[in-house]
Amino acid sequence: MNSHETVVYENSFPVEGMTFKNAGRVSTQIKTLLHKMKLPKDVVRRAAIVAYEAEINICCYAERGRIVLRVTPERIAIEAIDEGQGIKDIELAMQEGYSTATKKIFRMGFGAGMGLSNIKRFSDFFRIISEVGKGAHLKMIIDI
Amino acid sequence: MTLRDVQEILEAEVFVGHDQLGMELKTAFGADLMSDVLAFAKAGSLLLTGLTNPQIVHTSEVLDIAAIIIVRGKRPLAETIQLAEELKIPILGTKYILFETAGRLYMKGIVGCIEKVADKREFS
Repeated sequence: MNSHETVVYENSFPVEGMTFKNAGRVSTQIKTLLHKMKLPKDVVRRAAIVAYEAEINICCYAERGRIVLRVTPERIAIEAIDEGQGIKDIELAMQEGYSTATKKIFRMGFGAGMGLSNIKRFSDFFRIISEVGKGAHLKMIIDI
Repeated sequence: MTLRDVQEILEAEVFVGHDQLGMELKTAFGADLMSDVLAFAKAGSLLLTGLTNPQIVHTSEVLDIAAIIIVRGKRPLAETIQLAEELKIPILGTKYILFETAGRLYMKGIVGCIEKVADKREFS
């Protein structure tokens, strides 16, 4: 993202790790915000899906994390930054069906190894940086 | 058809959304895996699922799912009902199994929100 682009909106939302208690709250909040900005419905929906999968990832695997939302006239940038176990093999994690999920995660309807490929499917740009034992940093862009 | 018709066809109990039974519906998606719902379900569809936790509501909110039908006689958790009321997403419950629920709705004109998934290569 260009540094001289006009930032219309920017905020960071904390996400609780290792619990499903509030899972989805931040994405719902982000969706409401984007909806109020009168962005195209499809763009809002894609951004919400991407944010939700990233939020669920933090709830499943990280100690704690945050989701940073940045909106410019051209694009929506969503970053999910967490402290936790990180991702050992990013290429493997990106494969549909690959999962390290626990029973608790399956019971919630997740953990089938679809999350990252869903994020890729709905975003125009997707990058993962991770250090094992430290955490993961996901960056997603949705063009408006 | 309306959500009220769906309720009658499925002999369903309305847990949330008594005031929204007039909404029109044309399509549905059935799954217990929320990531599959996120990948394939379309806006305005019914979600047929056997899950009862609040994630069915968050998933529906994110996707603009019109209403949720919980199958196999399960009941939504208290926190699921609370969240659905907050986000104004109707939840109905039916004793029919997922296959029967889908079949009965299909016979009356509700179709899948997609027929088949696209070739995987398109996404990788």
